[in-house]
Amino acid sequence: MLWYTGKRLLQIIPVLLGATFLIYFMVFSMPGDPIAALFGDRPPAPGVIEQLREQYHLNEPFIVQYFYYLAGIFQGDFGVTYSGQPVNEVLARTFPVTIRLALLAIFFEMIAGISVGLISGLRKGGIFDATGLGVSLVLISLPIFVLGFVAQYFMGIQWGWFSPTVGAGAPTQDLILPALVLATISFAQISRLTRSSVIETQGLDFVRTAYSKGLSGKRIVPVHILRNSLIPVVTYLGTDFGTLLVGATVTEGIFNVPGVGRTLYQAVIRGEGPTVVSFVTIMVLLYLIVNLLIDLLYAVLDPRIRYA
Amino acid sequence: MPDQSSSKLPIEHYVAPLEETKLEAIDSVKTEGKPSNLWIDAWADLRRRPMFWISSALILIIVFIALFPGLFTNEPPNANCLLANSNGAPVAGHPLGFTRQGCDVWSRIVHGAGTSLSVGIIVTILVFTLGVIFGAFAGYYGGWTDGILSRVGDIFFSIPYILAAVVIMTVLANYRSVWVISLAIGIFAWPATARVLRSEILRVKNSDFVTAATAIGVSRFKILWAHVVPNSIAPVIVIATISLAGAIVAEATLSFLGVGLPTNIMSWGNDIAQAQTTLRTAPQVLIYPSIALSLTVFSFIMLGEVVRDALDPKARAQR
Repeated sequence: MLWYTGKRLLQIIPVLLGATFLIYFMVFSMPGDPIAALFGDRPPAPGVIEQLREQYHLNEPFIVQYFYYLAGIFQGDFGVTYSGQPVNEVLARTFPVTIRLALLAIFFEMIAGISVGLISGLRKGGIFDATGLGVSLVLISLPIFVLGFVAQYFMGIQWGWFSPTVGAGAPTQDLILPALVLATISFAQISRLTRSSVIETQGLDFVRTAYSKGLSGKRIVPVHILRNSLIPVVTYLGTDFGTLLVGATVTEGIFNVPGVGRTLYQAVIRGEGPTVVSFVTIMVLLYLIVNLLIDLLYAVLDPRIRYA
Repeated sequence: MPDQSSSKLPIEHYVAPLEETKLEAIDSVKTEGKPSNLWIDAWADLRRRPMFWISSALILIIVFIALFPGLFTNEPPNANCLLANSNGAPVAGHPLGFTRQGCDVWSRIVHGAGTSLSVGIIVTILVFTLGVIFGAFAGYYGGWTDGILSRVGDIFFSIPYILAAVVIMTVLANYRSVWVISLAIGIFAWPATARVLRSEILRVKNSDFVTAATAIGVSRFKILWAHVVPNSIAPVIVIATISLAGAIVAEATLSFLGVGLPTNIMSWGNDIAQAQTTLRTAPQVLIYPSIALSLTVFSFIMLGEVVRDALDPKARAQR
């Protein structure tokens, strides 16, 4: 396990460097002078410009600037937003909200996806299975912002089941509707993954042995079939986290959730380049870390991975 | 010590007399029947599935609308907009009513089809090309080639492609067009395809027909493109269909966020974004482009699903 952990940690280094380099490179090639953009129509004194360029290392070659940027990231410094607030402060305020939203969404999609997938898999070819497949196909086809607006219009405005936008402090009951919308994207994937995994596990020898020992279905289904079918679902959570981050950007924008996603959404809408870049960088780092953790968890769950 | 007497006991299980099943009959290869392969089997399977015909028909209709928008509406999408008609109800000649700017909703939907399809197709070609090149070389040559190509893929894979496209489109704010947005989506979307092809090639490259080709002196490069890739391409075709749908969603999402296409290019995502401000008072302006977008995505995903079922024997067994 230790060896595997070490290997995964080593593997993540080039990816981390490459990803930050790509992002930095894209921003570096942004047209326009960042210093000139700091001032309005009235150009400042040339000395000021020179001093600022010196301060922000803008006179150094590209690669040196990149290392300053990288050093900043590793010291937890993501720069300041367009309005001059340190990104870290904004993050401290918005991150807990997004985490609550994401956990709620993961909770919904896991409960619904696994139960639908399990029943579909156990009763392959039945009416429930066919309906489940149809519904998941429709849900996959609905872009998240379409789903968000439809849910907001009907459940929020027309029927009044939920508050259509999230109030101050983001109370958890307000987060239910955005979390449900966020959960639907991955619900379809999780239910299908569980279904095919259950069908595959059902045919394995140890399940047949369990039946021939005389164990009841009540024990075989949760302990033998479900537990062994969940491994691919756990790994899917890693990929899913990326979807969740993009989804959160749109859902938080629609439902006005004061989280990381909405901050990015508003920065994008207003064209605040540097803020966009800081938050995308943070999301990518988060995505990498979560995927690393899930890979490690996967190795704990399935020993074959460690020794492969 | 085995008991000698037991071998003299009569054998209880049945052995067919040799005259009944001729060994030649078992060993012979049927030559009179039609030859079959993965693609012929898949086509036979597809033909019998209504979902295949429904999705193909939908896609054909959408392609037709995209190619000849003039046949479906006489109304120009951007001109003839009267603010007096803002969010107006349907009237004769304007079956779906008017947008906030007083433009014809139906006309904007018809003219938006081309944009969505173009982005989808360009991104798919890009993703397919990059994915096949990276995946094929990485899987077939292995060793350090694989090491480098797979790490490059990992780097691009580590940035969710819509987030990457957001950054690219923010950087290229002054150069937004169908081509630029397609590049922005495609350049980060290919690693998934490459990974699938790579693992498929790892499975195929040790097959007997590869050894046979090597034995008769075909070069490694030629074996890769003439024998290995054609035999590993099936799952990539499935991904390509689904990624076409993904690209259409990505374009709409970027346009919705305001970093997609400029407003003078018709785009369902743009129209949905503009209609969101009047969601409470005029939901129909938002609903119709949303239906068009979802239906298009749905057709491609449905096609991808049936093609996957037809090409993947494992999926067929699970039906």
